[in-house]
Amino acid sequence: MKPIHSRWLAIFAICALLVSACGSDDGDSESAEAATCEVGQTDGDLALFNWAEYIDEEQLAEFATEFGVEASMTTYESNEAMLPIVSAGNSGFDVVVPSDYMVGIMIEGGFAQPLNFDALPNFINISDEFRNPSYDPEQAYSAPYQWGYTGLAVNTAVVGTDFPRSWDLVFGEQAADYKGKITLLNDPRETIGAALKALGYSLNSTDQGELDQARDLIAGTVDNLLAFNTDSADELLTSGESVIAQVYSGDAFTQFLEQDNPGDYVFFVPEEGGTRWADNMMIPFDAPHPCTAHTFINWLLDGDQGAALSNWNYYGTPNKASLDLLDDELNEFLTSPDVLVGGLDSVESIADTGDFETNYSDALAQAKG
Amino acid sequence: MAGENITEPRGATKWLLRANASFVYIFFYIPILVLIVFSFSDNRNVGVWGGFTLDWYRDFAESDNTREALWNSVQIGLVATVISVVLGTASALALERFKFRGRAVFDALLYLPIIIPDVTMAVMMLLFFSEAAELFGFSKGFATITLSHIAFSISFVSVVVRARLGGMNDRLEEAAMDLYATRWQAFRYVTLPLIMPGILGGGLLALTLSLDDVVITQFVTGPGWTTLPVYVFGLIRKGVTPLINAVSVVMLVASTILVVLSLIAQRIRGGDTV
Amino acid sequence: MTDTTTRDDSADAAAVATPELEAVNERQKRRRGLWLALPAWVYLAVFFAIPLAIVFVYSFATRNRFGGTDLSGWNLDSYRALGGDLVRAVLVRSVVLAVITTVICLVISYPFAYFMATRSTRTRNLMLVMVMIPFWTNFLVRNYAWYVILGTDGPLSTITETVGLGETRFLFTQTAVVLGLVYGFLPFMILPLYASIERIDGRLLEASRDLYATGAQSFRRVLLPLSMPGIVAGSILVFIPSLGAYVTPVILGGAKTTLLGGYIVTQFLEARNWPFGAALSSVLMIIMLGATVVYFRKGGQTL
Repeated sequence: MKPIHSRWLAIFAICALLVSACGSDDGDSESAEAATCEVGQTDGDLALFNWAEYIDEEQLAEFATEFGVEASMTTYESNEAMLPIVSAGNSGFDVVVPSDYMVGIMIEGGFAQPLNFDALPNFINISDEFRNPSYDPEQAYSAPYQWGYTGLAVNTAVVGTDFPRSWDLVFGEQAADYKGKITLLNDPRETIGAALKALGYSLNSTDQGELDQARDLIAGTVDNLLAFNTDSADELLTSGESVIAQVYSGDAFTQFLEQDNPGDYVFFVPEEGGTRWADNMMIPFDAPHPCTAHTFINWLLDGDQGAALSNWNYYGTPNKASLDLLDDELNEFLTSPDVLVGGLDSVESIADTGDFETNYSDALAQAKG
Repeated sequence: MAGENITEPRGATKWLLRANASFVYIFFYIPILVLIVFSFSDNRNVGVWGGFTLDWYRDFAESDNTREALWNSVQIGLVATVISVVLGTASALALERFKFRGRAVFDALLYLPIIIPDVTMAVMMLLFFSEAAELFGFSKGFATITLSHIAFSISFVSVVVRARLGGMNDRLEEAAMDLYATRWQAFRYVTLPLIMPGILGGGLLALTLSLDDVVITQFVTGPGWTTLPVYVFGLIRKGVTPLINAVSVVMLVASTILVVLSLIAQRIRGGDTV
Repeated sequence: MTDTTTRDDSADAAAVATPELEAVNERQKRRRGLWLALPAWVYLAVFFAIPLAIVFVYSFATRNRFGGTDLSGWNLDSYRALGGDLVRAVLVRSVVLAVITTVICLVISYPFAYFMATRSTRTRNLMLVMVMIPFWTNFLVRNYAWYVILGTDGPLSTITETVGLGETRFLFTQTAVVLGLVYGFLPFMILPLYASIERIDGRLLEASRDLYATGAQSFRRVLLPLSMPGIVAGSILVFIPSLGAYVTPVILGGAKTTLLGGYIVTQFLEARNWPFGAALSSVLMIIMLGATVVYFRKGGQTL
C-alpha cells in the first residue's frame, strides 16, 4: 500500500506544479497595450462571442460584406459561462460582450486589452450617461453595446391596473392572492437583488445580516411561486401560466409586442428600485484579429447600426445618434415615465462583490430549501 | 447464437408484456408527436396552435447558422461514434476476457466519465485544451469537441458491450480455433456477431450523447464551431418558438436517415460475407 | 495485485491442460488483453485523466476575490465546506430523487427488454432503433416538449378537462421532474438490460418450467440472476445522471428546490467558486466510483 501512496502523492505534486506554472503565465498579459490600428483596418476574419439572439445574423453578414472578411458568431448564456472560456486563453474570439460587473472582473484579471479609441471615431455617438461607468472609470477597455432594466411584468387583464408598483407584489402579503402565478428569475444576483431592493438595501450589499433578511423574504414567498425561471418567464406570462413575473425589459417588450393585445401587459421597475444593466464590447487579451475587432466595434457604434441593433432585440441603445431612428413602439416603451417608477436614482447596476459572491449563491439555494 | 431465443410467455403475462411495450412506445413518442405538430404551427408560442405553416422550416432553411450547426453536429457525431465504438468495444473485450496489468485501474478509469458531472468535465476539458492549444498551437473547434465527445462515449459503449459479454465465456471462440480458424477469423465470425447487439446499442447511445451534449461542447468549442444543440440552447434562452421544433424535427430526420442507412449497409455487407 | 473480478474458465482448463501449457497460455492472454485495452487506456489517460487531475488540483486551491482561482497556498477549505447543512440537505434530496427515478426506469424497462428479446432478430433491431429515435432530438428540446404537454393549456390538461377532471397542471412539480428524468434516462436502462437478457439461452427457462418451477420461481431463480449484469449496468447508467441532473429540474421543476447537479453548476458558473465546485465533484466521483465498483463486483458474483 505504501509505495502506491507515495506514487500518487508524487503525481499530485507534479500536477500541482504544472498547473501553477501554467496559471502564472496568464499574469503577463495584464500590461498589454492598445493595438495600433487604423480606422476601418482589418487583419483577418471576425470571431464574435455574444449572447444568443443579440444581433441579427443579417447585420453581421452586412459587416462581413462591407469589409470583405468572414464574420462568425458563437453564443453564450451567461457572463460566468463566457469568462472561463476567454480567461483560459486561446479562445480565438475577437470581440466579447460582457455585462457591467463582468467588465470590471475582466479588466482586473487582465483578460481584455485596452481599446485604441483613435480607431473608434464613432465613440462620440455614445451618450454621456454611458461614459466612464463605475466598472471602467477610465473608459479604456469597453464600449457600450445595449442596456436594459430588470423589473416586474404584470398581466393587467388579470391583476387590473390598480396595484402598487412595488416589490410587495411578489414579496408582500398580496403575493398570496396570486399564489402559483408568480415567477422570479433564477439568478442569485438578480433574485436576491430584488429582495434586497424590496427591503430598502443596495442590491450590491455585502452585509450578511441584510443578505439573510433577503433570503428569508424569498423563502417566505417560495410557496406563492410558480417557478424560478429566467429563460421563459416572458412566455409564461403571455401564455397565462403566470400573471406577475420578474423579467428583463427587452425580453418583456419583445414578448408583449408579439401579442394581439400588448396593452394587457405592463413592465415597470418597482418604486424601491431594481437593476439597470449595460452590456459592453471588449476585446480579449489574446484576440487573434484586434484590428478587425476595432473596426467591428466602430461600425456598431454608428448611428444606423446601433438603431438596427435595438430595433431587432428591443433593448435600449447607448447611442445618441440612434435614438431618432428607433421604432416608435420601442421608443414609447423606453421613454415612458411609468417604466421607471422610482426614478433614475432608484436603479443600480450589479457590481462584483468579490468574496461575497458565494454568499449570494448560497443564499438563493437556502431560500429555495 | 449461443442458445435459443427466449420464447414469449403465454397467458396473461404475454398480454401484460405487450401492454407494457405499447405503453413504452406511446410514452416515448408523445413528446415527439407534440414536437412535430407544433413545428407546423403558425403561432410563436409553442403549445398554442395557430394554423398550419411551413414558415419555421423556411426560417431554418434560410439561416446559414442553423444549416452550418446541423452539419457540424453530424460530422462530430459520426466521427465520435465510430471511434468510441471501436475503443469502447476493445476495452470491453479486454476487461471481460483477459487479465492484464493495471486492469483494476483501467476499470475504474472507464467508469469516471460516466460519473463525472457535465459541468466539471466541461471545465476540466476547457483548462486542458486551452493549455494544449498554447503548447501545440492548434485552434479549438472540431478536434477539441470530437475528442471530448469520444472521451465520455467510450465508457458508455464499454458498459453496454460488457453487459452483453458478461458471463459469456470464450469456449465458442476456442472451439472455432480448434477447428483451425485464425484468431481474427474466430473473432470476426464467432464473437463479433454475438456481441453485435451490444455494439449497436453502445453506438446508438454514443450518437445520442454526442447529439445531446451542450455543456461540454460549449466550453471546448472555438469560433465558428457551434453545434446544433448549442445553437438550440441559445434559441431557447431567447424564447421557445416553433423554430426550435422545426430544427429538432430536421435533426430527428437526419439522424434517423443516418442510422437506417448504416443498418442497410450492414445488412448488405453481412449478406456478402455470410 | 490481487484481482478477483474476472472469473474465466481457467479452473476448467487446468483440469485438462498441463501446468506448463497453462502458464504459457496465461501469459499470452495477459499480453493480448493489454494490447486490446491499450488504445482506450492511452486515450482516456491523455484526454480524461490528465484534465481530471487538473480539476483535482484545483480543489485544493483558493477562490480569489475576482472569482478566479489562485493556484498557491494549497488548503483543504473546500473540503471542510462540504460538511455544511446546505450540502447535506441537497445531497439527501438528490439521492431520493435519483433512487425513485432508477426504480421506475427498472420496473418499466425490464418487461420491455424481455419482450424485445422474445421477438425475431429483425423486429428486435427495429424495436431498438425505434427506442432510440426520439433521443436524436435534443435533450433540452425533449424537456421543452414535456413542458408544453404538462402546462395549464397543454394537451394533458385539455384531456383531463374534457373528461371532466378539471384543469390539471403538473408543470413545475416534483412529479414533472421525475417524469422528465424517467423519460430522459429510460434508454440507458433498456439498452444494457436488453443486451444481457437477449443472450440468455431460452432453453434454461424452459428447463426450469419443465422441472415444475412456477413462472415467478423461474423468473427469480433463473432469469433474474442471469440478467443481473444488465440490471446493474442499467441502474448505474440511470442513477448517476439522475443524481447530477440539472436541466430537467430547472425546466420541468421550475428550479424550486436545489439539487446536487444544479448546486455544482452554481459553484462553477454563478458563484465562480471553482475550488469548491472541484471539491464537490471530486468527492461525489470518489463515492460514486466506490459504489459502482462494489456494485459491479456484487452483480458479477451472482452470475
